[in-house]
Amino acid sequence: MIKRKLLVFTIVFFSISSASFSIEPDIFVQSTVNRASKLLGEDISKIEKIEKLKLIAKETVDINGIGFYTLGAKRKSLSDEEKNIYSNLFEGYFLKSFSSRLAEYTNPEIDVTNKEKLNDNYTIVSSVLKATKERPEINIDWRIYTKDPDNPLIRDLIIEGLSLARTQKEEFASVLSSNENNIEALFKVLREFSNN
Amino acid sequence: MRKILVIIITTFTLIVNVHAGSDGDLVLKKNEPSEIKDCSETFNKASFALNQGLDKIIFKPVASVYRVLPAPVKSGVSNSLNNLSNVVTIPNNILQGEFALAGVNTGRFLINTTVGVLGLIDVATYLGFSEYVKEDYGQSLASHGVGPGCYLVLPVLGPTTARDTVASLTNFIGGDAWYNVTVRNDTNYFKDIDYYASRVTAGVDFRAKNFDSIENLEKNSLDFYASVKSLYLQDRQQRIMNSKKIIETQDDSDWEEIETQ
Repeated sequence: MIKRKLLVFTIVFFSISSASFSIEPDIFVQSTVNRASKLLGEDISKIEKIEKLKLIAKETVDINGIGFYTLGAKRKSLSDEEKNIYSNLFEGYFLKSFSSRLAEYTNPEIDVTNKEKLNDNYTIVSSVLKATKERPEINIDWRIYTKDPDNPLIRDLIIEGLSLARTQKEEFASVLSSNENNIEALFKVLREFSNN
Repeated sequence: MRKILVIIITTFTLIVNVHAGSDGDLVLKKNEPSEIKDCSETFNKASFALNQGLDKIIFKPVASVYRVLPAPVKSGVSNSLNNLSNVVTIPNNILQGEFALAGVNTGRFLINTTVGVLGLIDVATYLGFSEYVKEDYGQSLASHGVGPGCYLVLPVLGPTTARDTVASLTNFIGGDAWYNVTVRNDTNYFKDIDYYASRVTAGVDFRAKNFDSIENLEKNSLDFYASVKSLYLQDRQQRIMNSKKIIETQDDSDWEEIETQ
């Protein structure tokens, strides 16, 4: 009898504890935004803010996934070595671009308003960046990658319906097409951006 | 005259892909940003450079002053420009078969022009009218299945497509009541300058609203020309589809593909 009770307890305990690790995409977005917002409101230098924003991005954004999406069809023709070089360069480019864009904002107020599950892999979380004296209210949607429900990751920001990942993808395609589809040209541009 | 007309029609049908019938998927596919060709890239890039120069010496400095004006002034200007655009939106609501919406926008225009003091105050929104969405002749053509043709960047006017450029000519042959009463017809109430001033103000208002975003984009882009092209065409696709939901304007297979690589 005791053995049976112990077994039931063990099953219930593990099912509860495993369920508790699953993070709802809207809660994940709100907590990420709150972390970034708190950081941007801190009285520290812009360089420090950028470094801390990079840490948040590494934890919450699927940089590798965005990188391969952004590369478009070209990713299929890359060797493993080229893929590794690209992933490293893209991470440097992404973190610099992402953090310096965000560091311009001081204390942005973002409220999560809705979520829509597209499938097991993706949920779109809607939010609103509140208006300030300088700019109107802005709608921001977040494409959250939920393949691992315990570790949701951001894959795209859609600002007023305009996808940043899609824009970046077309930008990279343009760099490639103006350089005879040579991946080395893209590597060079990414290197230059990160080093400047 | 007849020859010119034939040339215009032939050119138009060659540069835009006309199909009689259309449904949502077809319209979506035709206006997919990555599918729209940049046929005159050299010309477009030269225009883009010119426009960037004009922005630096005219629009950016003016917009930076405009954006620090008191909020009621800016919203008043924005509201009256929106109100004025109803005279193009309403005929296009009808052309797209949106008769109820044409009625709503007519009511909005009448209320805002009278009670709202020439559109300065958006009284209609306070009264619970639905959110205002601008429409133009390019969107009407697109909704009837006309493809965008090539991407273009016009000097001063900025990004557009072949279809939208041709469609915008409708404004100058009677399709824009504001143009008719200011430039086209000699009325005692308005002058040409009123029309051109409203167009320039609309440009400054847009630049001021997007001031930080444009600066940020320029600073962080690997290819600013390609970024602007992508954002413009995405925005245009949404307006044509009348949707801001990314899942309605983007093919999700793009994302699914990276799962299986």
